[in-house]
Amino acid sequence: MSNNFRIDVKKSAGLIDRTQPMTFKFNSKTMHGFQGDTLASAMLANGERLVARSFKYHRPRGIFSAGSEEPNALVQLRTGAYQEPNTRATTAELFDGLTATSQNHRGPLGFDIMSATDLLSPFLGAGFYYKTFMWPAAFWEKLYEPIIRASAGLGSLSMLEDPDKYDKGFLHCDLLIAGAGPSGLSAALAAGRSGARVIIADEDFVLGGRLNAENHTIAGMSGHDWAQQTLAELAAMDNVRILPRTTIFGAYDHGIYGALERKTDHLPHAGDKPRQVLWRIYSKHALICAGATERSIAFANNDRPGIMLAGAVRAYANRWGVATGKQVAIFTNNDSGWQTASELSAKGVNITAIIDPRDTAPRAHIAGATIVMGASVCNTAGRKALHRITLTNGQTLNADCLGVSGGWSPNVHLTCHQRGRPVWNDDIAGFVPGGDLPVGQTIAGAANGDMTLGAALSAGHKAANGIVKELGFTNSRAQVAKADDETFAIKQFWHVTGHKQRAWIDLQNDVTTKDVKQSQAEGFKSVEHLKRYTTLGMATDQGKTSNVLGLAVMAEATGKTIPETGTTIFRPPYNPVAVGAFGGRERGQHFHPTRLTPSHRWADEQGAQFVEVGNWMRAQWFPKQGDKTWRDAVDREVIQTRASVGVCDVSTLGKIDIKGTDAAAFLNKMYSNPFAKVPVGRVRYGLMLREDGICYDDGTTARMSENHFVMTTTTANAVLVYRNMEFARQCLFPDMDVHLISTTDQWAQFAVAGPNARAVMAKIVDKVDMSNDGFPFMACADVTVCGGTPGRLFRISFSGEIAYEVAVPARYGDALIREIMDAGAEFDITPYGTEALGVMRVEKGHVTGAELDGRITAFNVNMNGMVSVKKDSIGATLSRREMMVAENQVRLVGVKPVDKSDTLSAGAHFIAPDTAPTTQNDLGWISSVCYSPHFEQHIGLGFLKGGHKRHGEIIRAWDGVRGTDVDVEIVSPHMYDPEGGLQRG
Amino acid sequence: MIINHPLLGPRDANEFVHLGDVSMIDRPDGMDADAAAKFHDYLYLRDNPAGEYRELWYHEAGDRSWLVVTRDTLTHAISSVELARDVARTRGRSK
Repeated sequence: MSNNFRIDVKKSAGLIDRTQPMTFKFNSKTMHGFQGDTLASAMLANGERLVARSFKYHRPRGIFSAGSEEPNALVQLRTGAYQEPNTRATTAELFDGLTATSQNHRGPLGFDIMSATDLLSPFLGAGFYYKTFMWPAAFWEKLYEPIIRASAGLGSLSMLEDPDKYDKGFLHCDLLIAGAGPSGLSAALAAGRSGARVIIADEDFVLGGRLNAENHTIAGMSGHDWAQQTLAELAAMDNVRILPRTTIFGAYDHGIYGALERKTDHLPHAGDKPRQVLWRIYSKHALICAGATERSIAFANNDRPGIMLAGAVRAYANRWGVATGKQVAIFTNNDSGWQTASELSAKGVNITAIIDPRDTAPRAHIAGATIVMGASVCNTAGRKALHRITLTNGQTLNADCLGVSGGWSPNVHLTCHQRGRPVWNDDIAGFVPGGDLPVGQTIAGAANGDMTLGAALSAGHKAANGIVKELGFTNSRAQVAKADDETFAIKQFWHVTGHKQRAWIDLQNDVTTKDVKQSQAEGFKSVEHLKRYTTLGMATDQGKTSNVLGLAVMAEATGKTIPETGTTIFRPPYNPVAVGAFGGRERGQHFHPTRLTPSHRWADEQGAQFVEVGNWMRAQWFPKQGDKTWRDAVDREVIQTRASVGVCDVSTLGKIDIKGTDAAAFLNKMYSNPFAKVPVGRVRYGLMLREDGICYDDGTTARMSENHFVMTTTTANAVLVYRNMEFARQCLFPDMDVHLISTTDQWAQFAVAGPNARAVMAKIVDKVDMSNDGFPFMACADVTVCGGTPGRLFRISFSGEIAYEVAVPARYGDALIREIMDAGAEFDITPYGTEALGVMRVEKGHVTGAELDGRITAFNVNMNGMVSVKKDSIGATLSRREMMVAENQVRLVGVKPVDKSDTLSAGAHFIAPDTAPTTQNDLGWISSVCYSPHFEQHIGLGFLKGGHKRHGEIIRAWDGVRGTDVDVEIVSPHMYDPEGGLQRG
Repeated sequence: MIINHPLLGPRDANEFVHLGDVSMIDRPDGMDADAAAKFHDYLYLRDNPAGEYRELWYHEAGDRSWLVVTRDTLTHAISSVELARDVARTRGRSK
């Protein structure tokens, strides 16, 4: 095996299982690693230095960190539809057979032809897009943007549907702990022992945080062993839930936290399990123990593969038994860099030099290492990987790895999600949370500036005890685990000056100290402007290793202090979350529920074509053998209904049951036309307005008894009308004796229409005098059907024919449609779908949503006479505003092409003959069209200025979108049987 | 957000539909002489405070109660939740 950089097991066993080797592929290269490796640790063990190309300049880049803060080592994981771009190699758990490829280069990674971009860097500084690609404007979409997109950027999508499953779930707890490092584990122990319900989540797959990366001793054992012992104790508690591989990514209102658990990302195949679970955690209190992230120092050419964070160098050695180089140099402004040097040296790794800008005595003696105090690294060399470093004292040293530590930044992200603003702490040279944390949130440990082990352990313990006591639990008497505090001393030192080369601040976005200074020089001085102008701190890492460095350089350039310069704050998510996780199972057919009508199974048996109407699937037409087009079916259904009889499932219409002694008075408020005096046993058409006078909905309401009405609404507005009526009932008329219940799903309802409808219904309905006198137009009654099944009968007509609507409890719907078809067989009854329904209503001049589109008033549809002036109803007052009833307002008209062979299109505009089709000359529009088999031509409904007085005029229907211009005759909207004699017959 | 429903206890805001200012309860009488002016103000004039705000929420995926929620628009802290029907009565509404 080619693990040339793996440290001997006796010197550093690490947390890997060397008896479990694994094979993986990076680009075309096959490599080996072990159970417990990340992709990054395994690549480093194989000596793989160059793993990526940078975003803008296509510079060679290597692994920089050992955690989710990684700016460089972004790879595409897996292949085909499972391919995932921009995955951090530092968090990707190794599994046998893993495949990864590098991104953002053309040609092989080692010879990226786009690296020529690096030579153009003088022209590509901050804001270069804004300046370079400004003109000509037309070039942007066709030329500039495609080029920029192809040359800059991150990974690519597979463009295939994501085959993985994602789940969502809800969790509840007394205390949520984000982070299972020393402070988090210490807190979980204290809270768990008190009996509180605790959830502790950590993004890593081995819990313990830095305890797994350091050589700490806690309570007489290694930090890792203490973490394992603590986790075992927590796992044994019924009141504690441990969530490994889970990132708390957002702090939301009222103690709700978003968490992403990666269930199967570490397995070769997810099988039938969900890949990830998005948890919504309801906590009474949350304790943030998110630790701290190390940052770099800016110096010339500080971005070469092999230059990485000193803490990451230490982590690779301690946790994964990997030496990140054969000749390791350390550049540090604080004591933690020295820790790296001592620990690697003890494991037999050659430390060539330690460079510390502090003018103090060396912190340690490291055998064989050149120690330079009061100096800095000022340049580096090595084309695809680091070879050499140059110091400010002129010395040149060979090194293939340079561990850099510019200090540690507390992970305050979750404290900022509700606009909390961190404050600068000079002692630790970092931002710590200000006082304005989200309600119910506490922060402890390194995330709060407790930068040493003993302090972090006791901060977690103390915070948890305080919280659970507040929640009413009794603190356990157990003491906090004992540990020493390592030294923590830092000099604020941000970047090495005195050179003209590029010194990187943000590796992910290729932002250098020059860019920050240029931003300042060009007036983008506030941190928010700095971020947008230079892209500092954007993209997948959100500047975890670069933000503080960037604003320190800005502070220096403006001559201000860091607290005066301020900081940007963080929004969710803490780390990227796949869109698929937010979607969960709600995709494709499951994006919204599917509602089936009671006759759906029957219609399906007839071969019906279905159409989605909101959530409903409705039969659109019923094809028959020999039909050449859909129109053949629709025309047949219309002709047969008008000639004999047809049946249509109208169960999707909203149905609201209204009861109470004030039911009539209540309806009088809801509808603009009078309802108080509707006789029992009669139906009335009702028009509903919005309070601003615009038409809202219409439908029929039947008075079944003195105090019982049954309302229908349009299919689309069923939910909204019910909501508005509940508002009126509870908020406007709280003392009315009226009760509402939605019964849309409870009743199956069929329209039976046509000259033979009466004969068919006589066979269906029990014991009702079906004569025109016995059950006249607009009659209604509670009835039984088919020999005793309870039902309701309404004589209402949408088609203009003699028509009935019969309703039965939904479970009898399937049986009833079959009974109606049997009863109608002798009349050659036809089922009809929504298309035929639409044709007949256009012929008849009935309005639907195409007309009542949220802009139309009762006046526009010639129904202003229905808005009673003798009573107060919703919308009545404002419907009479001067401009809404002005003469030049559009009015509903019917429209027919002058040439019968012409077609019409909805959306066409009415234009007078001999005028240009301009906005000024616009006279109105066509809202609905259909081919009418009755008139044997296209007809339509539309709105025309003063249209009610223009019947008989010839004007044009101009459609600029479809390129048509048709002469049309304006007619009454009531084209079929205008007197209404048929439906009353 | 979590809304502490006066009848049902704490419920997730997902179950609710938001309408707006509690002043929607104070609907004028359409038969008043100056009804048009009153309706104009009722419909179009709203306060938009940075701070405490009383607003109407509807428990549509629940018991279909309309509620008056007092919420701080700066922090989302909810200080009281009442049944809108009770509030409507205290604001003088009846039939």
